[in-house]
Amino acid sequence: MFEEQGITPEGDLIVNVGPQHPATHGVLHLVITLNGETIKKVEPHLGYIHRSIEKMCESLSYRQFIYVTSRMDYLSAHINNHACALCVEKGLQVEVPPKAQVIRVLLDELTRIASHELWWGAMAMDIGAFTPFFHAFRERETINDIMEETCGARLTMNFMMPGGVMQDLHPNFQARVKSFIQQYKHKIGEYAELLTGNIIFKNRMKNVGVLSPEDAISYGCTGPTARGSGVSCDIRKLYPYEVYGQVDFDEILETGGDSLSRYMVRIREMQQSIRIIEQLIDGIPEGDFQAKTKAVLKLPKGEFYQRVETARGELGVYIVSEGGTTPYRIKFRSPGFSNLSVLDRIARGGKLGDLVAMMGTLDLVIPDIDR
Amino acid sequence: MWSFSGLATGIDAWLTQRFNPALSLTIEMVLAGIAVITLFAVLGLVLVLMERKVSAWMQIRLGPNRVGPKGILQSLADTLKLLVKEGLTPNSADKLLFNFAPFLAIIVAMLLMAPIAFAKDLQLWDLNIGVLYISAVSSIMVISILIAGWSSNNKYSLMGAMRSGAQIVSYELSAGLSVLSVVVLVGSLQVSDIIKSQADGWWIFKGHIPMVVSFVTFIIAVTAETNRAPFDLAEAESELTAGFHTEYSGMKFALFFLAEYVNVFIVCAVGATLFLGGWMPFHIGHWQGFNHVMDYIPSSLWFFGKTFLLIFVIMWFRWTFPRLRIDQLLNLEWKYLLPISMVNLLVTTAMAILGWHF
Repeated sequence: MFEEQGITPEGDLIVNVGPQHPATHGVLHLVITLNGETIKKVEPHLGYIHRSIEKMCESLSYRQFIYVTSRMDYLSAHINNHACALCVEKGLQVEVPPKAQVIRVLLDELTRIASHELWWGAMAMDIGAFTPFFHAFRERETINDIMEETCGARLTMNFMMPGGVMQDLHPNFQARVKSFIQQYKHKIGEYAELLTGNIIFKNRMKNVGVLSPEDAISYGCTGPTARGSGVSCDIRKLYPYEVYGQVDFDEILETGGDSLSRYMVRIREMQQSIRIIEQLIDGIPEGDFQAKTKAVLKLPKGEFYQRVETARGELGVYIVSEGGTTPYRIKFRSPGFSNLSVLDRIARGGKLGDLVAMMGTLDLVIPDIDR
Repeated sequence: MWSFSGLATGIDAWLTQRFNPALSLTIEMVLAGIAVITLFAVLGLVLVLMERKVSAWMQIRLGPNRVGPKGILQSLADTLKLLVKEGLTPNSADKLLFNFAPFLAIIVAMLLMAPIAFAKDLQLWDLNIGVLYISAVSSIMVISILIAGWSSNNKYSLMGAMRSGAQIVSYELSAGLSVLSVVVLVGSLQVSDIIKSQADGWWIFKGHIPMVVSFVTFIIAVTAETNRAPFDLAEAESELTAGFHTEYSGMKFALFFLAEYVNVFIVCAVGATLFLGGWMPFHIGHWQGFNHVMDYIPSSLWFFGKTFLLIFVIMWFRWTFPRLRIDQLLNLEWKYLLPISMVNLLVTTAMAILGWHF
């Protein structure tokens, strides 16, 4: 009888948050056991947006399957495509022209800023501040406009392909990115005034959802979530790909492990992305934007793995090839899944309001978790 | 100066001439009721539009601008929509209480209109315990929220209602204490006396630092009492979807919505009356010429100007602050605001006894 009413025998309340809930930003379903306002258990139920992308990729050619991955973590579509393109190139042993490499990194970093912008606004909304959302979207729109001009799309760009990028940059690209950087540096101070420096915000974030470095490693957390706990895991630094080895940027580490640290990591990462773009935007090399590849791509028999740093963490692409035109098996190691699994660990003992803030700082994108 | 009392006595004389006293009193009451309901509806529309415009201004967007010139008819269109919308009652809800709660909310808000002086001599009921009446009646608000949350038979609603109960009961203390500090200085609970006492300067200027402290405490406490952000834990849309009114739709939801906005208006009106002189123009001690010029501005304009200024401040809070957590909310009240307002009341009392105010 208790179970029917959603009450445990101990008298705790079982509350379903989601799959349709304003805090979950997608179709995540959390079953929460609550003692009053205090959380005793969080159980994520997945599968509401499972589209079997991995299976779909098995029937698509090596050129085609890249575009499906834009729909995984739709906020870092470029970076997903990039990972797949790199993995295929590894198999084909194609040398990517320097121009394409620079273009890829530039677009990756712009995507990272756009993704962190959206996270910033949505997380502020989770803890009850509406206004940051609109300020974040103002900047994100500028990036989307730049993307639209060059790639023809705003969200699922599909610009990367094995051997390089689809086409050359738009002539306006350099000028627009430069003017964006100029205004963006000024705007990032506005964010601190609006949210970061707010006393209510600090109290909501400090010592909330503390994730120890040991837990971060054992749960497989990556990206800003792990770096907030002081775990160095930036793939761009540890296993540089493309031109990341040549540009000068810092891996952001915070040692608090709480929500505020994860927040600060992302805010400071946006500044590092700006640094990378500034170094590359003036020196885009001349040459081809695409390497010469065969019309029909065939990967040699074997297994190929490539990992990249998306806005959320480490994305791994694992291709098993039988030598045909389509992959035999594909597996994506998505950052969101491991980051979500830590939620129960950090949420226990916290308040219901904290759970929303924690979910915000984990930066979950549900289609990335379910695929 | 022209005053509303002439109008009132005129109507009274006209009615008593024609009807017997009992009937004329009834008619006067009905007229007053109609006036309140009209004001209620107009306030609701104006405040909703104001909120949307203020939020749009802070969020670098335009806000409603399609219905009517500059979107001023937007809230009218929204009301029409809510009126024709189906008011659902969940099967598992306690139907009587579920349907009763929004009316209780609106009744409380209407009752609170009575002792507020909208302009010189424009007051429905100048009872001698006016301020006490306001504090007492506004406490009933929490009951309507608790009923709504409990009868909905929904976990989100229940949690929202429980939060709201804890919150309103706590914050009433600071609000009450800061109101008391004005009462101590005036020596009367009657609203008209409080306003008259500010003829030579508003209490926020006359009362030195203790009055400023109690004004700030009052604003924080009433923001919490009306469940406005950053204290909107009862609704907390990111945690509890819509809190205590999750299950309400159509006009029943609209009544809660309306009650919230009218409550904001009322607490701001009370704040303006107690600390900013109500309809009293801005006067400086012995500057006769200056005071005379100020008197030419109609008293209703003074009252609504001050009230809307406070409403703007409360809206400003909402669109710039993140929400507090429930334990932080209660800590703020019991560990900081309550001790501060208690000490402040003592200081004010000493000030009143020793005559240290202007």
